[in-house]
Amino acid sequence: MKILVCISHVPDTTSKIQFTSDGKSLDTTGIQFVINPYDEFALTRALWFKEKEGGSVTVVNVGKANTEPTLRKALAIGADDAIRIDAEPTDGFAVASELISLIATEKYDLVIMGRESIDYNGTQVPGMVAALLDWPFVNACVGMEVEGGVATCIREIDGGKETVKASLPMIVAGQKGLVEEKDLRIPNMRGIMTARTKPLKVIPSISNEVATEAIKFERPAGKQACKMVSSDDVKALVDLLHNEAKAI
Amino acid sequence: MSVVVYTESWEGKFKKASFEAVSYAARTASQIGTDVVAVVIGSCSEDLSSLGYYGANQVIHYSNPDFNNFNPKSYASILTDAVNNRSAQGVVLSGSFNGKAIAPLLAIRLKAGLITNVASLPESISPMRVKRGAFSSKGFVVYESKQEKFILSIIPNGIGIVESSVSAQVETNESFSAEANSELVSVNKAKGSIPLPEAEIVVSGGRGLKGPENWNMVEELATVLGAGTACSKPVSDMHWRPHSEHVGQTGIAINPNLYIAIGISGAIQHLAGVSNSRTIVVINSDPEAPFFKAADYGIVGDAFDVVPKLTAALKEFKAQN
Ligand SMILES: Cc1cc2nc3c(=O)[nH]c(=O)nc-3n(C[C@H](O)[C@H](O)[C@H](O)COP(=O)(O)OP(=O)(O)OC[C@H]3O[C@@H](n4cnc5c(N)ncnc54)[C@H](O)[C@@H]3O)c2cc1C
Ligand SMILES: Nc1ncnc2c1ncn2[C@@H]1O[C@H](COP(=O)(O)O)[C@@H](O)[C@H]1O
Repeated sequence: MKILVCISHVPDTTSKIQFTSDGKSLDTTGIQFVINPYDEFALTRALWFKEKEGGSVTVVNVGKANTEPTLRKALAIGADDAIRIDAEPTDGFAVASELISLIATEKYDLVIMGRESIDYNGTQVPGMVAALLDWPFVNACVGMEVEGGVATCIREIDGGKETVKASLPMIVAGQKGLVEEKDLRIPNMRGIMTARTKPLKVIPSISNEVATEAIKFERPAGKQACKMVSSDDVKALVDLLHNEAKAI
Repeated sequence: MSVVVYTESWEGKFKKASFEAVSYAARTASQIGTDVVAVVIGSCSEDLSSLGYYGANQVIHYSNPDFNNFNPKSYASILTDAVNNRSAQGVVLSGSFNGKAIAPLLAIRLKAGLITNVASLPESISPMRVKRGAFSSKGFVVYESKQEKFILSIIPNGIGIVESSVSAQVETNESFSAEANSELVSVNKAKGSIPLPEAEIVVSGGRGLKGPENWNMVEELATVLGAGTACSKPVSDMHWRPHSEHVGQTGIAINPNLYIAIGISGAIQHLAGVSNSRTIVVINSDPEAPFFKAADYGIVGDAFDVVPKLTAALKEFKAQN
């Protein structure tokens, strides 16, 4: 299978999120960027497919040159080659529009993405790519097998799981379950060395259309100090929850 | 004109998230000065005109039995049909897993500006501007649609339900058909539990509970409160609890009325998915646990002592109220 894994480049999960003083953008001072955690599950699943039945795994990011270390990390984990589409990822529609011509020209059999990017939590790109290409789409995928060009996917739903079948090529937006946490690969020295010589191709942006624009960034309102209740007086907590918080 | 709203049902009954979506659509439509068209897809055993209680002026029921199973492509076609039919200006959906599957497909078909994770009512309607959650509850961003049409996918439990009482006209469309490119094979329902994104109260356990055998205590507390159950990531990684209960930055983001965290340290990635809960209670044996900084109420103590006492006190409270 010829597989494409789409990778977004996001602040590390431990980052404190601050915005610039004009409220117009994310303040990236001191922030470490990493592979979007959902995309790591996607990448590992793709590598398993390749190890089992051959083929190739390409990773792609729509972004500027600062995202290349993230792509190199994906190469160190085991992807064969990387592509950077040289465009600012301004909104989900813009990213999807950049990805579709690559996907259509390269004729991938399968495109695996993450359920969402942990920065803007858009949950937009995978479905938009599927709609633009008119390919089957499975979101929140927690398990996937392929046989004879047909994929059987398990997806999470509110209140359970469901099993869906579709023919390749298709778009899958995955999460933990696609592989387990313990299956994720940490790049080793050899991986890091070979990643330096693996191809990382930069291709120009082909579209500049957006559907939405971020206008203003705001921090959540701070919390009041926590009220402590003695462990010998849990009734006091019940009272507070009822009378003060009106939560029960 | 009109605002179209997608409603979902589960076992033949409308989901609470659907009432919230209809109510949101009604409040948005009144800002625009137009009406609300609710779309019901597939079999539904409810009185469809009851959607009027939440502000739907019309209900279109796409009842072709082909639609009894969820399918993102055919459901997006149905909503496109409803939008075109009423020349609607926008669509509202709940950010359930199914809503999240349909919204981006619909955005492409309608050439609409899609704003997901919507956390409040629109700040302006022309252009459509609305505040959404981002950075896994660590921030908010006001977005603007650059297209004529908008699609708003709202955070479940985020904005709440406002009742109104409009009389809803119901119309059935039996004939509309739409192509699908994937097929539902089976549905595996989680037994007896309340779906997390919908739960108004969530009781959650972490590594401090020591092992899966100790979850009875959590479940008993949840039962008394009519709550859903959740857990921290390591707990699901170790398979003490199913993945679907993992909340946080890389799990499900929730914002219930009440979140009770037991034996959870309050790591930044955990807080990222739960800090929008309206009231947070933390039970932890370590007074220095970072979670207390994000909590409204805290008890320093051993969960094995505190939780059974709390369950008993709540039982007593429930019996009296
Ligand atoms: C990329 C990435 C993504 C992540 N995403 C998530 C996520 O989405 N969600 C998530 O939850 N975590 C996430 N994490 C993990 C996170 O960093 C923490 O490791 C995790 O939340 C800790 O879980 P815990 O609080 O259950 O366990 P611990 O940190 O081990 O905390 C256990 C707590 O229990 C208390 N305790 C012990 N015994 C008792 C007792 N008898 N009674 C009462 N309290 C007791 C202890 O004082 C302690 O505070 C992520 C980490 C990474 C690196
Ligand atoms: N800039 C990007 N470049 C490549 N892939 C992306 C980009 N943004 C999002 N994706 C993919 O789309 C998934 C969902 O992202 P989003 O729609 O932004 O929440 C991510 O997990 C990635 O797989």
